[in-house]
Amino acid sequence: MTQQKTASPPSTRKGDLAEEFLDRQTTLGKVRQALHRYPALSPALVLIVSVIVFGLLNERFLRVENLSLITQQVSVVGTIAIAQTLVILTAGIDLSVGAGMILASMVMAQLAVNNGISGVIALLVGLLTGLATGAINGFLVTRFKLPPFIVTLGTLNVFVALTLLYSNGATVRGSDMPDLLTWTGHTFPIGSVRISTGVIVMLALYLVIAYILGKTAWGRHVYAVGDDKEAARLAGIPVNKVLMSVYLAAGSVLAICAWLQIGRTNSASPNAGLDLNLDSITAVVIGGTSLFGGRGSVWGTLLGALIVGVFRNGLSLAGLDVLYQTLAVGILIIVAVSVDQWIRKAKS
Amino acid sequence: MTMTESITPEVETRQPILRARNLVKTFGRVVGLDGVSLDLYPGEVLAVIGDNGAGKSTLIKCLTGAEIPDSGELYVSGEQVSFKRPQDARAHGIETVYQNLAVSPALDVASNLFLGREIRKPGLLGSVLRMLDSKGMRKQAHDELTRLGISTLQDVTVPVENLSGGQRQAVAVARAAAFGSKVVVLDEPTAALGVRESNQVLQLVRDLRERGLPVILISHNMPHVFDVADRIHIQRLGKCAATITPQSHSMTDAVAIMTGAATA
Repeated sequence: MTQQKTASPPSTRKGDLAEEFLDRQTTLGKVRQALHRYPALSPALVLIVSVIVFGLLNERFLRVENLSLITQQVSVVGTIAIAQTLVILTAGIDLSVGAGMILASMVMAQLAVNNGISGVIALLVGLLTGLATGAINGFLVTRFKLPPFIVTLGTLNVFVALTLLYSNGATVRGSDMPDLLTWTGHTFPIGSVRISTGVIVMLALYLVIAYILGKTAWGRHVYAVGDDKEAARLAGIPVNKVLMSVYLAAGSVLAICAWLQIGRTNSASPNAGLDLNLDSITAVVIGGTSLFGGRGSVWGTLLGALIVGVFRNGLSLAGLDVLYQTLAVGILIIVAVSVDQWIRKAKS
Repeated sequence: MTMTESITPEVETRQPILRARNLVKTFGRVVGLDGVSLDLYPGEVLAVIGDNGAGKSTLIKCLTGAEIPDSGELYVSGEQVSFKRPQDARAHGIETVYQNLAVSPALDVASNLFLGREIRKPGLLGSVLRMLDSKGMRKQAHDELTRLGISTLQDVTVPVENLSGGQRQAVAVARAAAFGSKVVVLDEPTAALGVRESNQVLQLVRDLRERGLPVILISHNMPHVFDVADRIHIQRLGKCAATITPQSHSMTDAVAIMTGAATA
């Protein structure tokens, strides 16, 4: 009998890991590692720099009234982008958030004004409508295993059509609505600044969602599902339940956003807000959340929404045509995604 | 060539942690397992080898709940069990490390260890939306890695994607070995790894054995098998052709038994 045992391999030493990490500590590498670890860092830098630059270009930019105006301008897109962030974190995309939100806002306004139902009930039914749009998307994604892009492209058209059919294309004025529905448009003074309740609602939602994503097991599972679905499944995470709950959460957020939209525009129009489908994706992407899922944060999204708001406001104060605002936002998106790709390569 | 069955009498007197008796599994007219028995004793590394289609994977799937055998019995620590789902096997302390590594790249080491079984503490609203106990999980992860002797993973806050293949495998193994599991099943743990990383993983297998945790190792790599295994279960044509040890047989013998050129 022959003994063919191979030579015992050298055992691993503790130093190996340290060596591996030490030899790639270039300055650029460090920056990349930091951005990789804190995805909200790059949008924060962009926001600070752009505020300084626009402040230097026009002294009106940094006045508190103007800054307060920017927050009001971003309150709707900033809120709906929370819903978009949740979906994108699971490596999905929701093209129907804006359409679902407008549908919910039309239900609120029509019920209260044309059907004479009390504000509270109209608001509740509208909120449930928003939740239902999320439920439909979630159901199609989890039960029929369709890609979120296709599902929400379909529901985008369905929700737009339903909105127009339901409203007969008519806008409902805020002055006709019960006070409760336009409450989110009210402003109150803090010192010399006027803050709208809508902005407060938006910030409250950010706090709640950031807490849930960062501090609960559910949040951890959302990231895990977006990161690697199969790995999450093998680790015992109920992937479909998590996905369904994400679309339901997105539906709840866009339902609240419908209320903010009524307050912000002081009306409910079936033709409003279609830009929001794509603008929400813009805010998420500029905010450093990866379209490939599993990476990013809602705070980044808030920064992303603020960056877009600051650019639009700053460029218009600088006297540039609205087309240049669109041009700038377009370039921002491409830069943001390029940076994301570069950061994602920060692996050993 | 010695042709003796080489389980030492000392081993035979111990109670196996995992015992399979006459497992049969057919897929239509194809017989995957044709009455296979297997014993896994405390603190040993049992390698399962065999050619493609020999029933190696089917055997492992039956042991880990991924397949339900048509007949035969399974015992864990002497108690008869039947697994309908992988979760059933897991509930009995049988943890599997899958070939494709079920780790989440963007999450850190501690989060991966606790993925799907996070520790929570009361949050702002009491039991609703309970908070993750991140600090507790990091500490336990660190303790668990130290206990398992995994020295290559010191920083449990590093995202898994920043780790080498061997270190990722270590995370997956640590997750399987941690939290009071009784048996760790490793499916081709070195298949995708380089030489140095393979050695890290093999060292890990030895460390598990030293801590008394039995390991079932499925591998195609003969040198690796002969390096770490205490006993080698050779599957051939749906049956157990032989159970040998690295001391009683050579690699050439093992290959011969595997291919049917020799019998044990």
